[in-house]
Parts: sequence; C-alpha cells; structure tokens
Amino acid sequence: MRQFFSFIKKEFYHIWRDKRTMFILLGMPVVQIVIFGFALTNEVKNAKIAILDNSKDAATTSLSAQLNASRYFDIEKNLVSYTQVEEEFKKGKIKLAVVFPQHFSEDLLHFNKAQVQLIADASDPNTANQLTNYATAIIMDYQNRITNERKLPYTINTEMRMLYNPQLKGAFNFVPGVMAMVLLLVCTMMTAITIVKEKEMGTMEVMLVSPMRPQMVVLAKAVPYLLLSTINIASILLLSRYVLEVPINGSLILLVFESILFTLVSLSLGLLISSMAGSQQAAMFISLIGMFLPTIMLSGFMFPVENMPLPLRIVSNIVPAKWYYNIVKSVMIKGVGLHVIWKETLILGGMMLFFLTLAIKRFKIRLA
Amino acid sequence: MSNGKVITAEQLTKRFGDFVAVDHISFDVMKGEIFGFLGANGAGKTTAMRMLCGLSLPTSGKATVAGFDVFKENEKIKKSIGYMSQKFSLYEDLTVKENMEFYGGIYHKSDKFIKEKTTFILNELHLTKEGNKLVKSLPLGWKQKLAFSVAIFHEPEIVFLDEPTGGVDPVTRREFWNMIYQAADRGITVFVTTHYMDEAEYCSRVSIMVDGRIEALDTPSQLKKTYEAASMDEVFLRLARKAVRAAD
Repeated sequence: MRQFFSFIKKEFYHIWRDKRTMFILLGMPVVQIVIFGFALTNEVKNAKIAILDNSKDAATTSLSAQLNASRYFDIEKNLVSYTQVEEEFKKGKIKLAVVFPQHFSEDLLHFNKAQVQLIADASDPNTANQLTNYATAIIMDYQNRITNERKLPYTINTEMRMLYNPQLKGAFNFVPGVMAMVLLLVCTMMTAITIVKEKEMGTMEVMLVSPMRPQMVVLAKAVPYLLLSTINIASILLLSRYVLEVPINGSLILLVFESILFTLVSLSLGLLISSMAGSQQAAMFISLIGMFLPTIMLSGFMFPVENMPLPLRIVSNIVPAKWYYNIVKSVMIKGVGLHVIWKETLILGGMMLFFLTLAIKRFKIRLA
Repeated sequence: MSNGKVITAEQLTKRFGDFVAVDHISFDVMKGEIFGFLGANGAGKTTAMRMLCGLSLPTSGKATVAGFDVFKENEKIKKSIGYMSQKFSLYEDLTVKENMEFYGGIYHKSDKFIKEKTTFILNELHLTKEGNKLVKSLPLGWKQKLAFSVAIFHEPEIVFLDEPTGGVDPVTRREFWNMIYQAADRGITVFVTTHYMDEAEYCSRVSIMVDGRIEALDTPSQLKKTYEAASMDEVFLRLARKAVRAAD
C-alpha cells in the first residue's frame, strides 16, 4: 500500500505542477458547457411512433396509415390507454405518440373540427421538433384533401406536448453529451499520455525493475484521474443544474454511480491505448481518432443514431459513450431508475472488465 | 551467495525471432566488484543487462542474481537490485527530495529511513540547498549523480548502470566514478555497461561483448597484457573489429 500511495502522491505532483494541463482538465468542462449552445439538427427518418386511437374510425385509420406510409415514421405500437404513453417513452422505444380522442371522425364530419394530440420525447429537442413538424404536415395534408373532396372547410387541430423538456432546451441534449466527452478526454487521453510519457522518459523501466507490481503501476496511474473526473462530474452537474437549469429528475446517486462506471471504462481504454502507443503523440492521436470522433459522431449526441445506415448503427454499439449518453439522458431528464437502464449499465460494466483485463495483460507481456 | 558470487550466468541466450541478441554468454560477478560490461552499440550489452534485471525473459540458459533465479524468482531479485537506465530516470517536474521520497516509497522504506537517507545524500553531494528545487532546473552532471544516488537509495546488493555517463563532461564523469567506488566500498556490487574505454580502466574486471558473445573477460591489466595493448582502447578495437553485425 505504501508503494501505491507514494505513486499516487507523485502523480498528483505531476498534475499539480503542469498548471496548463490542469487548467484545461478542470476548465474545459465549464467552457464546453457554456459554449455548447446548439447541437446540429438533422433529418429524422423512420422514427418509431405509437398510436393511441380512442376513436378507431375511418378517419383515424386513414391518418394512421398515412403516418406509417411516410418515410419519417414507423408505427411501433398501438396503445390502448393514455397511461401506456408515458410507459413507452420511458422504455425509450418511441420518439412520438399520436393520440386521437374519441369520436374523432364524428367531430370532424359534424362540427368540421377535430383534435389530435402529438406527444414527443423532447429530451432530444431537435428530433422532437422535427417529428412534430412532420406529423403536423401529414395531418394538414390529410385535412386539405378531405376539404377539397367535400368542398367543406374541415379543421384538425394538432396539440403538441413536449415531454420532459417542454421549452425544448438544447441544454437537455448537450449536457449528457458534454459529460461523456469530458470524461473520455480526461480519463482516456490523459491516462494514456501519462503512461506513455513514463515510457519515453525511461522512468517506466525503473518502475518495472522495482518491486512494485506492474498491475499496481497501472492502477496507481488511474486513481488520480478518477478523482479529477469526479470533480468534473460535480462541476458539470452543478453548472447544468444551476446555470442552465437542466433538472436532475432521476436519482443523483444513480447518475453519479453511472458516471463513475463510465469513467472506469474510459480509464481502462486509456490504459489499453498506452500499452499500444509508442509515443505521447501516438497516444494522443489514437485517443482522438479512436475515441473522440466516434463519441461525437456515433453516440447520438450530435447526430441521431437511428438515421444512420445499418453498418454505422451496428458500429455505434461498441462506442461506450453511446450507452453512457443514453443512461444520462434517461436518468437526468426522464427520471427513470436502474430497472430501465440495467442493460446499458451491464454493457458498460462488461466493457470495463474487458478493456481493463486486456490492458493489464498487455502491460505484463511487455515486461517479459 | 556461495563463493561470494552475486551474479552468475550460464549459457544465457536471448533471441528475437532469427536474431540472436545475446549468444550463450557465461560469467560470474563477485560481491563488491565493479564489473564492466563493454561492447559496441548493438553488441547485446543492454539486452543482457535487461535479462538480469528481470525486464526481459531469457530464451535459454541459466542465471542467478543475488542468489535468485531470473526465471522463477523475479520478484525477489527486484528487491535486491537498483537500476539506472540509459535514459534519465528521475522525474524532472519533481524536486530532488520528492524524487527520493518517491523511490523510497516504491521500495517500502520507512519515512524515517527516507528522511535520514535524503539528508545524508544531499550532504554528500553538496546539494543541501537544492533539495527543494525541481530536478529540471539542475545541470545534467548533477542530475546524473542524483540518479545514481537514487538507484542505490534503498541500499541494494547490486546496482545495474546502463551507460550512465552518456553526454557528461570528463570532470563530472570522474566524479561519478568516485561515487561508484564509494558504493563498491560499502559492499554494493556494481554492474556497469559503457563504451568509454577510459571508464573500462576503472573497473575491477571487464567483459567485452562482440556480436552477442563475450570475447574477453579479465581485469583491465590482464587484458592489456594478453592482447599486448597499451590501453583498453586498443584491446577493444582489436576485438571489436571482428564484429560482423552492424551497429544500430
């Protein structure tokens, strides 16, 4: 243990003395949270929707068929009660729900006026906005057609409800994304760089000749960055809660637990990269290209994964940030518990074990 | 440590694929000796040393260090040896004292031991005032002397020095060798690789490696007699000319 603590102390001296890096590490999340105002929008295709049809008449059947026929929507489920709507959203399967009230067709024919409600998952505000716009357009199209057919002015009012994020704040979307990016940067890149630095400096050799076990060296390297990451998690959450006013609807403990789990995955990846890279530059490039780009592109944070071609959707599954991003969104914004995100949690746990084992194994091989 | 041998190597070999970096070398090193390990670049000195330190696993042969087997008792060997690498082995962004504290901690030394030893070393090196300075602010010669002090900080039985005096001026090199003598006087066995022939003269015994094999092993004066040479430089050139392997 003494070795372990001596090592950690030394590691903190490194971090503390390198003021510029420390400033970047601790300041970056703050800067990113503040400047990351607008996520890019993109077209949404084949979004899964649910229909709650309380009327079940010719008009609603026809409208549902048209929604389903458009390239924007696929009807995933037909619901029977209003309570199911919320359930489906929490499961994360659907992006939009269309609710037809009772007597839809009668209202339309007799009073020339009917209502339809669109409920969207606005924890991803851009997608929610687009989906409701598409749906409204399809409904308007239908309305115009029957108006022309019967030469009577029919009106269908669409009422929208943006679930979870009524004001459609972009922050709801980018806070989870920034968390994933910052943790990845601090943990993966910094750990990889500092280990490779010791190799370059020749100090790693001295360490390996010492009685300190290689596994200990690897773990002791990771601990300071785990601590730094918890500071970052705290600062991001505080900023997003009190400056951007993003609520934390779910359990804070669960959110912190999941963040630490993701941190451990990132650290393991950093250790793995350090065992492959020969120089600090190489470590940086592998981290940036191998970790950062996939995180930005494939985690769903900037571009909706569901629109991507199948190969990319498959690839996105091996990007740890995708799972973490879903977890943070679910816990923080939808307020769901572990029973909904256990699958994502297990996947992250499995990834951590896999990368860590591989990293320690590779580290030992280098010794022999 | 029967017969006062602290290092024994028998037919020690290291292959990297088809390349035989170290080719069946055998030698013994006695306690308290300064054992010079000479050879041109690429002769296999560093590889041989890395095998003895446990940084590299031998392909075949036998070796013991401080009485422990290099194949099976790696962990025990590590406690008994010190090592100074070719590259710099101190942390530049740590102060002199912090470096010592760190290495002391890595070798399980008590706070009291670390404190006393640090004060002692700083006195010896006349660096008392520099104790709280960052290592990077010190001149190269001082760093090298400090690196050696740190390598024997935990009072190992054997210290391995891998080309410790590269890039240092002759005066500092002389001072560095005085430190090596002092360590040897305290009973620490010194195993040193070098390609400075004047340094070879300072060693108790010298082995000269050519193309992965030990071509000669004796005291400097005996070697000069055998090869009818005036200096170690001549001995070395005579042997090294036989090399077929290109230097790296």
